[in-house]
Amino acid sequence: MIEAKSLTRRYGPLLAVDRISFQVEPGTVLGFLGPNGAGKSTTMKMLTGFLAPSAGTAVIHGHDIRTDSLAARRQMGYLPEGAPLYGELSVERFLKFVAETRGFRGSEAHRRVAAAAERLSLGEVMAQTIETLSKGFKRRVGLAQAILHDPPVLILDEPTDGLDPNQKHEVRRLIREMAPDKITIISTHILEEVDALCTRAMIIARGRLLADDSPTGLLARSRYHNAVTLTMDDLETAASRLGALAESREVEVRRGHLTVFPSSQGNLFDAVTRTIHDEGWKVDQLQLEAGRLDEVFRTVTDAGEAA
Amino acid sequence: MNNLGVILRRELASYFATPVAYVFIVIYLIMSAAFTFYLGGFYEREIADLEPFFRFHPWLYLFLVPAIGMRLWAEERKYGTVELLLTLPITPTEAVLGKFLAAWLFIGMSLLLTFPIWITVNVLGNPDNGVILAAYLGSWLMAGGFLAISACLSAATRNQVVAFILAVVVCFLFLLSGLPLVLDVFRGWLPQAMVDGIANLSFLVHFGSISRGVIDLRDLVYFGLVIGFWLTANRIVLELKKAD
Repeated sequence: MIEAKSLTRRYGPLLAVDRISFQVEPGTVLGFLGPNGAGKSTTMKMLTGFLAPSAGTAVIHGHDIRTDSLAARRQMGYLPEGAPLYGELSVERFLKFVAETRGFRGSEAHRRVAAAAERLSLGEVMAQTIETLSKGFKRRVGLAQAILHDPPVLILDEPTDGLDPNQKHEVRRLIREMAPDKITIISTHILEEVDALCTRAMIIARGRLLADDSPTGLLARSRYHNAVTLTMDDLETAASRLGALAESREVEVRRGHLTVFPSSQGNLFDAVTRTIHDEGWKVDQLQLEAGRLDEVFRTVTDAGEAA
Repeated sequence: MNNLGVILRRELASYFATPVAYVFIVIYLIMSAAFTFYLGGFYEREIADLEPFFRFHPWLYLFLVPAIGMRLWAEERKYGTVELLLTLPITPTEAVLGKFLAAWLFIGMSLLLTFPIWITVNVLGNPDNGVILAAYLGSWLMAGGFLAISACLSAATRNQVVAFILAVVVCFLFLLSGLPLVLDVFRGWLPQAMVDGIANLSFLVHFGSISRGVIDLRDLVYFGLVIGFWLTANRIVLELKKAD
């Protein structure tokens, strides 16, 4: 389990992380969500022992990061932002170095390196110098060094940043595969990633923890949650007819789409489909909205800013 | 200290994976030979010793050692690998010491590669090999002093050029602290005891006695203290600056 207790970090007069507290259980993929410069990376740097907190602390599987840093670091695999690597070394030599610092020697080190390389499909580039690799391969090498010792805690700072859509998909698949028995913390500013990957999400802005919920829980905060969006020829008529329903609170026409927002009574989707059927409208598209994460994100971070 | 060797080996692997090692060794050997034969008058003196060889080492190191030391931490900080390194389960002491020792061993290796000059002087005459051995040791110790200064200043910046220039300047001050050029600056406003203290910091003075074959414990302790002081400072600077 990870327990962060009022983690705080100042850079001179700037308060980068402001009393962030949380607990994470194994099996969780936790997403740190926030604008650039929100304090996500700084929080990760404190958890992984790179930066000392200005105040507060965190306990990683029973090891306090301030007083028992080495033991805490042994529990973690870390991919720093941008996946920095020793470019002049070959992939194999680099992974061997990490394996040795993790306390593996001889054939055990070799076995660990081979297993991590296998898992991330690095076989063909093992002898290649890291700086000659493509971005996707470099990221995989970064992930390989993080999982080499099969740590119970994985901390990945923007693991998919700068990758193409296929590579992003690949990296997400890997994280999902490794997740079940671990604590995985990723940071991202890509909202879809939270939905695709995380079981829990925290919105951080200006160093403060503004929301801590499951992705579905966050979506439920959206005003689009359970709204119905449709497209058809005569939007004006539809808007006035659907706006009059007891189940609807508000209608909105935007860029050729009509969105009906639910009131507190009845099932809006049923009511809308019934109306469409009764009126004999020809509808091109009809969609029940789960909620819009970008809208929740904006609302939460704007509110945080105002506070 | 289990990881000291691990870091040391990785560092050395990096030297030889890039042209750094080869360029350094070649330049070092050419320069030391050029100084010995042209400026030192190795043949003209007609004395079977290596004094003209060792005499120029402080000046050679003044530029070559900061060139090795400048990358130690500045490069790690520039490429962000310092974050990777210091979140592995190694202590800052292991990291600082491992990097320093790798570079020091590498310089030692380059120094050993000057052995043809030792063969030459033994073929031409009957030198005192004890004195030569002492001079080699002194030269290596002095290189360690320069290197510790360079390593510490390398941690202060992420720009290698800045690290190089700072290191050359500080090494230059340490080299010359026994000469009037430096002492006159202090003489006017510091008590004589402190001026003497500064004079005693000079690398030239301590290296001079070792290179004449006099291994005085005080000189060994002096270089040990210089290295220890700057590596401790290195640890502190690293801790302060790594977040920037």
